[in-house]
Parts: sequence; C-alpha cells; structure tokens
Amino acid sequence: MKDQNFKDVNIQLSHGDGGLKSNQLIHNLILEYLGNDLLNRLEDSAVIKAPGSRIAFTTDSFVVNPIFFPGGNIGKLAICGTINDLATSGCVPIGLSFSLILEEGFPVSHLKKILASMRETLLEAKTSIITGDTKVVEKGSADKIFINTSGLGLIKHNSLLSPSEVKTGDKIIINGPIGDHGISILSQRKEFNFQSNIVSDCAPLSSLVSAVMSKTKKIHAFRDATRGGLATVLLEIAQASGHIINIHNQNIPVRDEVRGICDFLGLDPLYIANEGKMVIFVDPMDAQVVLDTIRNHKYGKQAAIIGEVGPSGPGSVILNTEIGTRRMLDMLYGEQLPRIC
Amino acid sequence: MSDLFELGKKWLKKYNTGQPLNIMEVCGTHTMAISRYGLRQLLPPNINLISGPGCPVCVTSAYDIDLILEIINNYDLNLFTFGDMIRVPGSSSSLLEQKSRGKKITVCYSPLDALNFAIHNPDQSVLFIAIGFETTTPLSSIVIKRAEENQVRNFFIFSTHKLVPPALELLVKDKQVKIDGFLCPGHVSAIIGSRPYHFIPLEYGIPCVVSGFEPTDILLSIAMILRQIYQGKPSVEIQYKTVVKPEGNRVAIDNIYDVFQPVDCLWRGLGNMPCSGLELKPEYQRFNARLRFPVPEIKPRPHPGCVCGEVLKGLLKPNQCRLFGQPCTPQNPIGPCMVSSEGSCAAYYRYERLNPERI
Repeated sequence: MKDQNFKDVNIQLSHGDGGLKSNQLIHNLILEYLGNDLLNRLEDSAVIKAPGSRIAFTTDSFVVNPIFFPGGNIGKLAICGTINDLATSGCVPIGLSFSLILEEGFPVSHLKKILASMRETLLEAKTSIITGDTKVVEKGSADKIFINTSGLGLIKHNSLLSPSEVKTGDKIIINGPIGDHGISILSQRKEFNFQSNIVSDCAPLSSLVSAVMSKTKKIHAFRDATRGGLATVLLEIAQASGHIINIHNQNIPVRDEVRGICDFLGLDPLYIANEGKMVIFVDPMDAQVVLDTIRNHKYGKQAAIIGEVGPSGPGSVILNTEIGTRRMLDMLYGEQLPRIC
Repeated sequence: MSDLFELGKKWLKKYNTGQPLNIMEVCGTHTMAISRYGLRQLLPPNINLISGPGCPVCVTSAYDIDLILEIINNYDLNLFTFGDMIRVPGSSSSLLEQKSRGKKITVCYSPLDALNFAIHNPDQSVLFIAIGFETTTPLSSIVIKRAEENQVRNFFIFSTHKLVPPALELLVKDKQVKIDGFLCPGHVSAIIGSRPYHFIPLEYGIPCVVSGFEPTDILLSIAMILRQIYQGKPSVEIQYKTVVKPEGNRVAIDNIYDVFQPVDCLWRGLGNMPCSGLELKPEYQRFNARLRFPVPEIKPRPHPGCVCGEVLKGLLKPNQCRLFGQPCTPQNPIGPCMVSSEGSCAAYYRYERLNPERI
C-alpha cells in the first residue's frame, strides 16, 4: 500500500528486512516507477501465458562505476543489457525480472533517478518488469547499488540465429561508432577526470533487430558488442563458426574524440565496451537492404559494413589496415591499462 | 592514404641502397605502433627494425621490483602505481598477487591521486612508484613540490625514473649492438628536445630522426634515416615537428632538475649505468621511500630462461627467446617485456604472429 509519509532520504538496512520499511520501499518507489498488472501482484513468481513457440531467457548483473554517466545510468544499462541479450535471438521481450542490491546509506533520490530511467527504457522497448526482489546490505558490503536483471523473450521467427550459423561470404554490419560507452565511463572516473563530450551509446536495440528481421530471413547471427568490445565479439564468432573473419579498419566507425582519447591513453577502441552496438552477420545478397534498414533506424544512422566472413579456418580475425597491412586480432588479456610513457 | 605516406614510400624506394640496416625504435609506443600497423610488411627486406630500451616497465630492474615488494611486506603502506607495474613478476610474487592477498595497492593514472589520498588520510603512509622517462618525471616533480608546500609528512616516492640519452650512449658504445639508425622517442623528445641526441651522429655517425606515432610518421622517419645514410650526412632530424622543438620544453626540464638529480642507476638487461637515473635532491630526501622504509638486503632471482635484457639491447628478437609464446604469454608473463603494454615481446605476440617471417 502506498504510504504518503514515505520521506526517507537514504536507504537503511531496514529497507531490506522484509518488514514495513521494505514494504514502503516497494510500494512508494518500485511500484510507483515500474508497476504493472503482473508486478503489482507481488507474487514470488510471475505467471505468464506461453504460447506454443520458442522462448529465450537471459540474465545479467550490473555493477558499473560510476552509476551515473553521460547518456545513462546503471538502471538504463541494466534494462538495455538484458533487452539486447534477448534481441540477439531476434526476439521480442515478454518481460524482465530485476533484483536490487542496495548499500545502506544510498540516497533515495538517486534510486528515483535510476528507476525513472528504467521505466523510460522499458516503455521504449515495449516491455516491463514482471517480478523482482530487493536486498539492502550494510554500508561497505556493496558499492552503492548492484542490479541483476533477467529477461524472457518470445521467438516468433523460424530462422536459426547463432554464431555457428555464420557462413563464408556473410557480410558483417555494425549499427554505429564503437567505444562510446567505455570512453564515457572512463571520462567520469575520478582518476581520469578529463573533459569529454562523449555520451554512452546505451540503448535498447529490440526494435532495430525487429526491423531487420522483417526485411530478411538471411540473418545468420546477431551479437551485442559489450564488454571486450568489437574485437572480442568477432573472435568469439570466428571461433564458434570455425571461420576466418576479415575486417577493414577504415570501415569501422569510431568517433574522432574516442580515437583521440584512446590514442592518448594507449587503448584500442576495438576492445572498448559498447552498450548499444549490434554486430550482424548477413548473407551478402541481403547486406544492402539490412544496411539501409539500420540506417533508417534511430540507433543505426552511422551503420557500416565492416568486413566479411572468409573461408573455414582456425577461428581467427584478421584486421586489414588502411595502409595495406594485415594483423591478427587477439582476445584481450585482462584489463586494458593506460600506458606510462 | 596521405601524401606524406606516399612520400615515405617513394623515399624508401629511392634511398634504399639494399645494404642490411638495423634501425632501432627506442620508444615502446613506437614498438607497439610498428607492430599494430604491421609496418614491417611494407619495408624492404634489408631493413630490420629492432626494439630498444624505451619501455619504462621493461627496463625496471628485478632488484627494484623485489625491493618494492619487500617494502610493502615490511611496512603498512598504501601503494599507488601506474598500471603495468602491477603485473610485473618479481622473484617470487607481484604487486597484483599482493593486492589479492589484501595489500593496499591502487592503480592510479596520476601521482596527484596518490598525493591527494595522503592529504586526506594523514594517519596513513602513502608510497607512489615514480616510473618513467623524461616524459613522466616533470609530473613527479610537481607532486613533490606540492607535497613540500603543503607540508605533507606521509607521502613518499620510490623513484625509478630514468634518462634516455645515457641508454642510447651505452648502446652505441656496445660492440655487440650494431645500429645504423635511431627512431628517437617522440614523447621524451617533446620534453628534452633533439639536442641531447647530437652526440650520436657527431661521434658515432649514426642518423637519428625524432618520430611521431602514426604509421605515416614512422614510415616517413624510417625513410628520412635511409636518406641520411644514402647522402652520407648523419644528423638529428625532427619529423614530429608539431610537438618537438630542438630546445625541448624548458619549463618541464627545469621542473625535473628542481627536484631530481642524476644518479647511477640499474637498468634491466643493460646493467648499472652512470648518471642514467633520477633520484630526489638532498632538500627533498625526506620523500624518498628507499631511505624512509629500509629493508634487509635482497637478492633477486629473475627467471633463468628470461632474455628480456638481450631483447632490450636488440641482440635478440622476442621470438628468439625460448620462452616466447610458451610458456611466456601476455596471460602468463615471465618477463617485463611480455607484461608491459609497451613491451616488445607483448607487441610481437599480439600483433606479429600473422607474418612470423618478417619479425
């Protein structure tokens, strides 16, 4: 029941004890922002009608620091991350679960901002939170706020979308410039503290994927290039499909500012995280129609064909440089560390 | 491609006499750029690029690494360090391993972070590992001056700062090392200028070109070295003119020598070199961690198979080390050249495996 007297400023341990304060938190904040018919029942599990079709299920946890960054916050990230994981199956989300872990002392005003952007993103993606959980831990036991989200999606198409379905000749398309999310986060970290206009690309891509799926049945794989960046995704797909992948450095969109910051710090944009970038493997016959469709979508204006799948091979990725040389891409060895010199 | 790139290619063809030439890129950032852009693939086969001692992590002696580990084991300290240092293996451990065991170790991006921590935590001792060549030393100087102005009593540095010209002098004097040209480091030269390299063409007849870091810069710089050899006029040229002036940056140089003075210094692989390191001047000695935190004598035991020293002098290519690739990899580095993001072994491992015949 909503309590008009809810005036707490900071999260307290009692907000997670299952008692009155927990109840107030759920009714005054969580249902206020994310409520709907299913969630409002506050049942231990959501019961959904599952028609006789395939269902996709995914889960992810979000522990980003800082929790607010240009272009988003941990809440938007959590929703986009799960929606995009579902989107790689080419499906529409049915509903999401979320689990909040809050640190004692966390400002309620911050939680409101996070919930508001979650709501906005859910509305955009035409889905909702249908079950959830909240825990509060003692100060120091967690870093401000952690969010876990899971998602269920309904697969309405008959296509087989999987890295193992990638074929020789497939064109590789990305929906825009890489590295924006990672660099926007980096620029906000206190140890760097440099001025930058880079905004995270954090975005839900389910509508983009639906648009693409409506134009062709010849998509072989979608992958969102999050942690580990574009290079890691390409390597995973090369290895899963047993092909050599060729990409062309000059075709990969990277903003000048992102490239400049990477050069300055000795980082490689190919390994910087994204939160709104989908890598698409499509039959070459349909590559142009897919590219045109993506470019007509708000999250794909700068889409580009960045390479193609070569013959069967050891699962390697070859980067062709603008000066006519070639090199192999490797998995990232641990965290990228800025250079000293 | 740019006109300059085409010019570089044209000069490479025009001025190449075909004689075998060893050109050393001194700086680790050059090493990385050369490997990353696959520049060796564009060079005629008689031109052999070799990596020099220009990666600060790679040239840090095993003694210094072990000493730092011994200090944090004997004293309750908050240690701040730049990134790569944390992974370099000492004789029996690394800072990363000590961090996982609960030692207070923070990777920072500026020494100011360490100083600010010390100011806000006056009851805790803070140790900053001051590493790098002339590029990073001015910042260490500024931090020490600020600590002095603010009367900070709990901030200390472990200086491993080094100077590039003495290392080049050692290399050109070494009869084993045969270098026909130097690509001089762009970042270091932005501070010290090009004049400190003049002894190299004057006394040893070896061309020098201060180069930028884009593939075009490096290709053109190599071509400029070939031109000097072809014309028989070795000199110091600046290709990286937008950043480097012959006289360098006076303010930065003054900052270095306000606080530091040259001392003999132990380099990994190169040994003890006179006046090649920088230590705090007497008036700033109270910030010196080596004095403030004495530890029992240590005897480093570097991995017996590691030849990072020979690699740093250009005597061996990284892939000529019998540990290269197996067992020494970026995931499991045995020597510092495989650890550092500027290290030649890491560069070869990450970028050059496609064309092993040209490395």
